Amino acid sequence: MASHAHHTNEFDETAPLAKPQTKVIWKTFFILCGLTAIEFAFAFMMDAGTLRNAIFIGLTLFKAFYIVAEFMHLKHETKGLIWAVLIPTVLLVWLLVALLVEGTFYGESVFNYFQ
Amino acid sequence: MSQTTTFEQPNTGTWDGGNEPFKASYGKLMMWFFLLSDAFTFAAFLTTYGLARHRHKAYEGTPEAFTFSTEWWPIPEKVFNAFPGFHGVDWPLAFVALMTMILILSSVTMVLAVEAGHRMDKNDVQKWLLWTILFGSMFLGCQAWEWTHFIAGTEEGMKLADGSVIHGANLLVNQYGPPLFADLFFFITGFHGTHVFSGVVLLIMIFINTVNGVYHRRGHYEMVEKVGLYWHFVDLVWVFVFTFFYLV
Repeated sequence: MASHAHHTNEFDETAPLAKPQTKVIWKTFFILCGLTAIEFAFAFMMDAGTLRNAIFIGLTLFKAFYIVAEFMHLKHETKGLIWAVLIPTVLLVWLLVALLVEGTFYGESVFNYFQ
Repeated sequence: MSQTTTFEQPNTGTWDGGNEPFKASYGKLMMWFFLLSDAFTFAAFLTTYGLARHRHKAYEGTPEAFTFSTEWWPIPEKVFNAFPGFHGVDWPLAFVALMTMILILSSVTMVLAVEAGHRMDKNDVQKWLLWTILFGSMFLGCQAWEWTHFIAGTEEGMKLADGSVIHGANLLVNQYGPPLFADLFFFITGFHGTHVFSGVVLLIMIFINTVNGVYHRRGHYEMVEKVGLYWHFVDLVWVFVFTFFYLV
C-alpha cells in the first residue's frame, strides 16, 4: 500500500461520523433532470431539422460536463489530470467530425459513380 | 567532484519520481485512462451510426403520416413508443425517458456512496451501494423488455411489395426500416447494456467487500471511488446514446 501512505489504518473507531455533504450532488441531479426535460420538450414541440439537432447536441454536452465535472469529480482534480483527459477527448471529437464529413462525401461520390 | 554534488542533492521536482504529480493514485489514474480508451470504442459506434444514417434517405413527410419502410430511416418516436402494460398505446419515448431517469438516479446514489466512503461511514456506503445495484438492475430489466419488444415487433408490422409482412427485427430483416437500423440498435444499446451489466457485477463485488469490512480495515474506500468512475462513465455513454439514437 505504498501509494496510500498518506492514509492511516489506525483511525479512531469511536470518533463521531462527519455530516454528509450532499448539497452539490442533489443540485447536479436536478440540473441533469432539467436538461433532459428540456430535450424532451424540444423533441415534441419542434420540427426535426439541423437547428433542433444542434440544440440536442449542445444540451448533451452540457449534461456530459456536469456528469464528468461533478459526479466524476474531474473539476476538483489537478490541472494536469484535467488536461490529460480533456485533450484526447477533444481530438476524438475532431476525428469523429472529420470521419463523418469525409466519409459522407466519399460514400456519396462512390454511390453516384455506380448510379 | 561535480558528480558527487549532484548525487548529494535529492530530486524533489514534481516529475522526479516518488510522489503523485496528479494527486491521484495509480489505480484511479488507470481507471481514467481505461475510460478514455472506452470512449474511443463508443465514438467508433457513433461514427458508424452517423455514416449509415447519412447513406439512407431521411423521412420527409409529417410525423403523423409516418409509416415503416426500408426506403427511409425511421423517426425514433415512432419506433420507441411502447410501454410495458400499455399494449398498443402510443407513448413516444416515454419508456426511454424512464430508463434515463433510472440511470441518472443510480449515478446520484453512486456518488452518495463515494461521499459516504470519504467519511468512513460504512453503513451509508452499504445503503447507497444497494440503491445503486437496485437501479442498475432495474435499468437492465428495462433494456431486456425493450429488446424483447423490439425483436417481437408490432402487430401491423411492415408490408413488403410482394404482400408479405415482417414483424419485429433481427440482424437481417427489420420491420422499422433499413436492416442497418436494427443492427446498430442491437450493437450500440447492447454494448452499453454489457457495460451496465459489468458495472452491476463490480458493484456487487465491492458491496460484499464493504459488508465484510475490507475497506474499513484498509483505511479508505478508494475502490468505491474507482468503481464509481466506471459507473458514471456508463451513465455518460447513455447520455450520448440517448441523444443520437432516440432524439436526433
